[in-house]
Amino acid sequence: MLDKELRSMIGQVKDGRMDRRAFVKRLAAVGLTAPLANQLLALGGVAMAQSPAVYKPTKRGGGGPLKVLWWQGPTLLNPHFATGTKDQDGSRVFYEPLASWDADGNLNPILAAEIPSVANGGLAADAKSVVWKIKPGVKWHDGKPLTADDFVFTWQYASDPATAAVSISTYGDITVEKVSDLSIRILFKTPTPFWANAFVGAYGCVIPKHLFADYKGSKSREAPNNLSPVGTGPYKFVEFKPGDVVRGELNPDYHMPNRPHFDTIEMKGGGDAVSAARAVIQTGEFDFAWNMQVEDDVLLRLEKGGKGKTVYATGGDIEFIAINFTDPNVEIDGERSSIKTKHPILSDPNVRKALALLVDRESVKKAIYGRAGRTTANYLNGPEKFVSKNTSWEFNVEKASKMLDDAGWKVGADGIREKDGKKFKLLYQTSTNGPRQKTQAIVKQACQKAGIDVELKSVVASVFFSSDVANPDTYPKFYADIEEFQIPMTQPDPALHMRRYISANVATKENKWQGQNFPRYVNKEYDDAIAAAETETDPVKRAALYIKCNDLLWQDTVFIPVMHRLLVDACSNTLRPALSGWANRTDNIQDWYREA
Amino acid sequence: MSQYVLRRLLIAVPSLLAISLVLFVVLALAPGDPFSELATNPNVPPEVQAALRAKFGLDDPIYLRYLHWLNAMLHGDWGFSFVSRMNVDTLILQRLPATLYVIGSAQILALLIAIPVGVYAATRPYSLFDQIANTLAFVGFSLPTFFTGILFILIFSVTLDWLPFVYTTDIKATGIRWVLEMIRQAIMPVAVLGLFQAASMTRFVRSAMLDVIRLDYVTTARAKGLGQATVIVKHVMRNAMIPVVTLIALQMPAVFGGAIVTEQIFRIPGIGSLLISSILSNDTPVVMAVTFVFACLVVLFNLIADVLYGWLDPRISLR
Repeated sequence: MLDKELRSMIGQVKDGRMDRRAFVKRLAAVGLTAPLANQLLALGGVAMAQSPAVYKPTKRGGGGPLKVLWWQGPTLLNPHFATGTKDQDGSRVFYEPLASWDADGNLNPILAAEIPSVANGGLAADAKSVVWKIKPGVKWHDGKPLTADDFVFTWQYASDPATAAVSISTYGDITVEKVSDLSIRILFKTPTPFWANAFVGAYGCVIPKHLFADYKGSKSREAPNNLSPVGTGPYKFVEFKPGDVVRGELNPDYHMPNRPHFDTIEMKGGGDAVSAARAVIQTGEFDFAWNMQVEDDVLLRLEKGGKGKTVYATGGDIEFIAINFTDPNVEIDGERSSIKTKHPILSDPNVRKALALLVDRESVKKAIYGRAGRTTANYLNGPEKFVSKNTSWEFNVEKASKMLDDAGWKVGADGIREKDGKKFKLLYQTSTNGPRQKTQAIVKQACQKAGIDVELKSVVASVFFSSDVANPDTYPKFYADIEEFQIPMTQPDPALHMRRYISANVATKENKWQGQNFPRYVNKEYDDAIAAAETETDPVKRAALYIKCNDLLWQDTVFIPVMHRLLVDACSNTLRPALSGWANRTDNIQDWYREA
Repeated sequence: MSQYVLRRLLIAVPSLLAISLVLFVVLALAPGDPFSELATNPNVPPEVQAALRAKFGLDDPIYLRYLHWLNAMLHGDWGFSFVSRMNVDTLILQRLPATLYVIGSAQILALLIAIPVGVYAATRPYSLFDQIANTLAFVGFSLPTFFTGILFILIFSVTLDWLPFVYTTDIKATGIRWVLEMIRQAIMPVAVLGLFQAASMTRFVRSAMLDVIRLDYVTTARAKGLGQATVIVKHVMRNAMIPVVTLIALQMPAVFGGAIVTEQIFRIPGIGSLLISSILSNDTPVVMAVTFVFACLVVLFNLIADVLYGWLDPRISLR
């Protein structure tokens, strides 16, 4: 498709000949995420759709307490230090961004008076700046007014490397300037089609200048308000015990009408996912529990006659098996899996394709993920009805065997394939985690049938995902032939997600394995597509480039996608949470209410 | 007596130093990294991880880090948590009340069961009461707390719906209702932990009593015409308590450790669950502080035991 057809579709939406939902669906069908589709529309001059009003309460408060369980409790409440979603979720109860993503991938204004568009003059035609208007009359919890200065300060705070904010990549490359007391302009160095990053979503929370001004840079850790947040959010801070409990109470001056619904909020941490599910679904002690990483049949059993149920949100998280393009068993200059080597078995594209045929996604879904996963052939997964037209997956042992035969790997006397006296043996590593070990077993079984000897290895998560250079078992070192884990799509735009695999990002000893291209995939076509996408001012062409990148990863079998994972939570039957697969759980907390 | 206590105190200092050194080295050599959660997040550039590591001194050599830690510790600075960027002492003090309340109650419950049952069983060895007590004790300490904990939850929370199984630190009630709620939510964890402790302690009290009850001086006391109660309480128990004190004193720190499991199951925000979550997130300063507190507790309770021996049997402090 792309270019021309997309352009005409945008035109159709603009003239009202096609509704925007249909547009989003059609883009999803070619692998574009809903948020991206909506941004395309915005840049094409069509205003963002406002989310349909589903919020029912007609007055502020009166909803009683809201009790939620996070089995990993928040450990700090400064959104710019938040190391995990649990911390972002806790901070978001008190702090707010300009806008957040709803379930359809639309921007939902929170502190913004309106969502910028070309029509309202918010978006510059060259995609190099965006002007946000701030809602008037918003007050911090301590009564001080929210102004453009707070946004400028938040940018200065987060972009200062000495602050060591984890949101630095969001704020580091932009400039924020005050236009008036109630509007700011964000300037990008290069044309940036995905403009809704800074001040949007988890890392978008604005912090008060008057309380943090003295704690910018190296003194950031000493700020007393790191532990007692003063924000603009629906709930005011009451108490925080790291890892245990976060409590808030209704903010009577909240800037949205009839919100919040609940009089108090309590976020309790600790324990494990199964007992959290039990406390919500079976005993009803809590209203909501975060992240049910539990096998589906356990949840189904709990749900029988329970007081709650599981709820799902679709995002872009992908569980995959990555293939090592380099040789993990040869050491060059003290470095294994060196880019100077080639994998003795897996560098043959036909062998990689055969391997992909041996991953039975359907069985993995049936035995492990159930309602929480969707089978997919794509690394880049869209929302809702994502089916790429260009890619497909298949489980076929015979076909794989034939491909391996053709590639010269003949079955030996012991049932294991061999070529030139070399056995077809693979080391398959992943983190220690029930569902992953089960997936390993399913894949290993199919491989055995095809005459491949697979050795399984599992590494404790805290080591596997560590950035510790001294450790040989981390995923970026990749001292194995294939490895499995999940990469969450933290941002509803593919740029960061896909940029990882350019050849300049190959993880090597030289960059202390900080390069994020752990499969060591080198393809000039891919590099060129990414480079082109990053300098492409035309959002339509840019979109086509990212689809091409996804298809290249698929054609070259860099990843064998196993499961497109949904976000799973437990929720009481009466609670109506506003969840989105493109945002954190609490990103729309102001819209949560209880059905009477 | 005071000289005896002083001597014990002086031995404690080098042992604590040695313990801290071992702990530190083990933790420093252990794999893992407090910023692992950042590693898979494409939003966080590797430079930030590197900057954080440098900022928190993770790249310094071990001996330097140990000296820093020791120096800070001597000045009363416990360091700060990498994960919550909060002072470790604040973190521990926040967790202490829940631990003391639940574990203290469990320990008291254990003593209240173990001493009378053990003593009574020893006075009538191989009677029906003794047999039943022994059987229950064996069952009690063969069942691990994680099993009984989940069993209790399934029975009392899920099936009967009598008791909550998530422990809340701040109950929104005042006066007598607050007290009742506090008791209600502690029933299950205290019972799980207390019964487990009581089981092994009962066996111990019984055998200690049996050892003493057969000694000649007890027979003499009886021969003088003293009543059974006086003989047991004044003559037998005081002497039998010496090994029991040892057991209880040495068990105290172990109880804190054993409570880790119970704290996880019932979501009690105590020291044990702090230790677990810190280990999982590689928050070394917190792990170091908590394990060091455990080490101090071991040393402290040993000291208390020594002092109690001196009181129970004055001959010990003279040696």
